Amino acid sequence: MSAASATSATTTTYREAARQALRAALAADPRVFLMGEDVGAYGGTYAVSRGLLDEFGPARVRDTPLSESGFVGAGVGAAMNGMRPIVEIMTVNFALLALDQLVNGAALMRHMSGGQFHVPLVVRMATGAGRQLAAQHSHSLEGWFAHVPGLRVAAPATVEDARWMLATALADPDPVILFEHVGLYGLEGELPEPGAPVDLTRAAVRRPGTDVSLVTYGGSLPKALRAAAHLAETGVDAEVVDLRVLRPLDLDTVVASVTRTHRLVVIDEMWRTGSLAGEVAAAVAERAFYQLDAPIARVCSVEVPIPYPKHLEDAALPTVDAIVAAARATLEGGP
Amino acid sequence: MSPAATAADAAARAHARQVLAHLVLVRRFEERCAIEYQATRIRGFLHLYIGEEAVAVGCLAPLEGRDNVIATYREHGHALVRGLSPASVMAEMFGKASGCSGGRGGSMHLFSAQHRFYGGQAIVGGGLPVAVGLALADRMRDTGAVTMAFFGEGAVVEGEFHEALNLAALWELPVVFVCENNGYAMGTALGRAHAQPDVWRRAAGYGVETEVVDGMDVIAVEAAARRIVERVRAERRPYLLEARTYRFRAHSMFDPELYRDKAEVAAWRERCPIATYVARMTAAGTLTADDVAAIEAAVAARVDEAVAFAEAAPWEPVAALTRHVTAEAP
Repeated sequence: MSAASATSATTTTYREAARQALRAALAADPRVFLMGEDVGAYGGTYAVSRGLLDEFGPARVRDTPLSESGFVGAGVGAAMNGMRPIVEIMTVNFALLALDQLVNGAALMRHMSGGQFHVPLVVRMATGAGRQLAAQHSHSLEGWFAHVPGLRVAAPATVEDARWMLATALADPDPVILFEHVGLYGLEGELPEPGAPVDLTRAAVRRPGTDVSLVTYGGSLPKALRAAAHLAETGVDAEVVDLRVLRPLDLDTVVASVTRTHRLVVIDEMWRTGSLAGEVAAAVAERAFYQLDAPIARVCSVEVPIPYPKHLEDAALPTVDAIVAAARATLEGGP
Repeated sequence: MSPAATAADAAARAHARQVLAHLVLVRRFEERCAIEYQATRIRGFLHLYIGEEAVAVGCLAPLEGRDNVIATYREHGHALVRGLSPASVMAEMFGKASGCSGGRGGSMHLFSAQHRFYGGQAIVGGGLPVAVGLALADRMRDTGAVTMAFFGEGAVVEGEFHEALNLAALWELPVVFVCENNGYAMGTALGRAHAQPDVWRRAAGYGVETEVVDGMDVIAVEAAARRIVERVRAERRPYLLEARTYRFRAHSMFDPELYRDKAEVAAWRERCPIATYVARMTAAGTLTADDVAAIEAAVAARVDEAVAFAEAAPWEPVAALTRHVTAEAP
């Protein structure tokens, strides 16, 4: 590849990038197949898999009944028996019907069998709020899954990661859950060509800065970047860290950032109690307490089921204003 | 007697010895497990299969090496009949590193990749969707293998049973669903939990063919299993076998058995699958008293060897605690 082509890029959407990733995976490996509710004839609830049924046929782009535990368990079994299934659970809200297969099945088979079996399964699911879908369709429960040894959990938050995380996930011999925030599918961004599978062990600094670290993931990344832009207008240089991998957390990258900025705001759409933000805050307090010049701040969802009306939903979720205010507080407070 | 008749007779005798050897191995192995449990060398849960042996012995007989087996937490018998060594299973019960799951699983999580034995699944109903996936992989690659999934009647009122049956029928997958109906989900009698007391009728709702067999009769179980496995392999669609059986022992070692009559247990014990098989085969002249004595002696020696192996086997070092969570770096 020439240097010129190596630096070229096209602008595309997160949705299209995710589709390209699926198409490439299906084309590259006959063991790979996609299965889930409405992935085929309907084209995917979020239109991610549109067109793939025609390209790859109904055996490999496999519509399932509304049987979350059934088809996630089928993914576990197929993975244990030599296939590389990609299971799409329409949203994390419905994944609650498949928790047994994910937590008692996928996560434990290697361990219970003393390493004889493994589950090379990829589960994709939409997550998050912001579309006025009300309480039962707006959960952010990434941390529940990130709690479980045996699972790898990641959250592509950029167009490039939407395109390239899947290949790394499929190459992993163990189960990987990819959380795609519903607010990101329409996101436009640059897709450098040629791309390469991403490192599913490392967080990424999306915006370097010196004054405060904004650590986040998934659907909150664009908000954190906008907050950093606002802060820059008043002379505050915020660093934005995208965790990308929620289990295992890349705490080295977070600690390195805090060591540069000495202030930390963690932004997470989970409810504050038991959130991933709490885990990041605790880890930084353990590992980098003496680097901190101000108390750690968290911007999370308010502890209320997500309400339907727009103004109440907005008030329940992390906002750019709340991130800006939390970052300013770390600069104004402290010793 | 003609040479052909003589050969058939010899084959029948050999087969009867094989069947009895499996039945006796499972029985004596588990009786020893109960003793080892009381001696606190086996801990945790221990669910004995005693009384139900004819189901595993009969059902597994027609399977080939390429076929998959997935079972429940009451799976010692299935593991042994499938060919896992008694030593590796006993070492697993002891929690030793030489166990068939490296000691990590214990009684409820026996696994063997070599035997395509996928556990040892201890969430009721949880193994059924996995069985669907095992069969889906074989169907997509056209391997000709079948998957046999064992579960109790308690699983039939779990949603996962219905999801799995629907998927297997919808996708025409080669799964043999074997319901080991022992009448009790732990302490809950079937009649207190199932609006429809006939398990087999549930499968009809998914267009899955069924057969009901006396699970105390190993000859009947094996005959049914041979018919069903042959059809599932040829026709590539699921089938459900309901084996009506009974657990002679308590649900687990913690169970005081307050929920069933001693007279009921005694009546079922009269139908012991081993005693009735021996009686029939000796009456028919297919087995002799010497055969039975030789099998008992050989099994007793294997069980003693298994315990000795398990006792001598090493513990996994605590330094290895975090192994087998995800793949180790090469």
